[in-house]
Amino acid sequence: MTDRALAVVRAGALTTVQDQGRPGHAHLGVPRSGALDGPAAALVNRLVGNPPEAAVLETTLNGCALRPRSAVTVAVGGAPCPVTVDGRPVAWGAPVRVPAGALLDVGAAVHGVRSYVGVGGGITVEPVLGSRSTDLLSGLGPPPLTDDSVLPVGRAAGRYARVDGAPQPRPPTELVLRVSLGPRDDWFTPRAVRAFTTGTYRVSAASNRIGLRTEGPALERVRPGELPSEGMVLGAVQVPPDGRPVVFLADHPTTGGYPVIGVVRAADLPAAAQALPGIPVRFVAVRRRSGGPGPG
Amino acid sequence: MRALPVGEDSLLVEVSSGEEAQALHAELVRRRAQGLLVVREIVPAARTVLLDGVAAPDRLARELARAELPAAVPPATEVVDIPVRYDGPDLADVAAHWGVGASEVARIHTAVEFRVAFCGFAPGFGYLTGLPPGREVPRRATPRTAVPAGAVALAGPYTGVYPRSSPGGWQLIGRTDTRLWDPARVPAALLSPGTRVRFVAVEGA
Repeated sequence: MTDRALAVVRAGALTTVQDQGRPGHAHLGVPRSGALDGPAAALVNRLVGNPPEAAVLETTLNGCALRPRSAVTVAVGGAPCPVTVDGRPVAWGAPVRVPAGALLDVGAAVHGVRSYVGVGGGITVEPVLGSRSTDLLSGLGPPPLTDDSVLPVGRAAGRYARVDGAPQPRPPTELVLRVSLGPRDDWFTPRAVRAFTTGTYRVSAASNRIGLRTEGPALERVRPGELPSEGMVLGAVQVPPDGRPVVFLADHPTTGGYPVIGVVRAADLPAAAQALPGIPVRFVAVRRRSGGPGPG
Repeated sequence: MRALPVGEDSLLVEVSSGEEAQALHAELVRRRAQGLLVVREIVPAARTVLLDGVAAPDRLARELARAELPAAVPPATEVVDIPVRYDGPDLADVAAHWGVGASEVARIHTAVEFRVAFCGFAPGFGYLTGLPPGREVPRRATPRTAVPAGAVALAGPYTGVYPRSSPGGWQLIGRTDTRLWDPARVPAALLSPGTRVRFVAVEGA
């Protein structure tokens, strides 16, 4: 039994273990899960010398505090926030050595929603279907952190990246999401499709890891009811009966019966993961790069 | 058959019946196993099969449009038996919908060879088809806030078994001790699309 572990002193509003998720099981009803801001999770892993698949911590709004039982290298990225070790400010977006028994405090996000804490050696909770990610829709993977819980940490590779530090993202004034229309845009009136791609929505406080919920013009359908259940992809913009678009994020259900008016480009989803409630959202229709499958 | 583009790298293939969707799913899984199709996820559903994560969706759509796809579901190699105590709280309601006595529900339900059409709702939850036409039942007007794990339930044309306790609006006709989902087991899901299933009536508390 090694002492490579982190004691959770302050779990924060919602802190989960995340890696690259468990794609490949959607046909069993298993969501893909994984870090919502993938590039930020990859960056903190790189900063502490981990392979990209190592598990990190994903915080929500107010960070978390951890006490390592033996010295570890950590890096905090994603949403910018103050970081301290035993009360002394240390760098955000750079590798930081935390001595055994010291208190690492990842503070509240200055802007954005989710900060990522990479730890040399990664968080080594037991994987489920090949992933250590917490899936909040179906309850797979470890439960969200609680005060006084303990997280196992793997053996560090020993070398960490020669990077001075990561640039802090600027606070976004609005979230612009590029969407390809379909597959069910024909369930909506032409006016609704226009409203969707030209109107301004706002990020709803009801957003979570399952979906980015929005408030704004309700999208009117040309037909009532539900579709027979069909497969859902990451970034799908589903429109429930209240007419307000929901952008599916990593913990989204694998099938659903509400029509999908469009799909957000994967490259735009990390920004969606960092969008605070109230921020304006615009959906901009773009042509598929592939040109689409054409008629028939 | 209609192949609808979904985002940048996915296709939703729509067919006209559940049977066709199952046949298409089996064929796509076969092609992937033979290395003829490279795709991250093949997700069957009621009338569609989603191909998520394909390199050239437009080319694949053209290929599928030209391909001769089998209309019939291939025979399954194995049948999973699920023992059930038919004592669910909605047994009488289902019997009334079917116009039979309550004891007939188990006889009718155990006489069917079901097939997992698709999964969803929760890990390991299969939508099983096979009940003859006329045996559809509506969902309950008010969903239950907690349906116990192992509940055997009906809704629309489908039968399902709740893998874990969850809210649910299906009509509960019985329960089983069989574990539908066990992350420590390989495979974790007892049922996957295409699996044949028989329910076997058992007595007991």
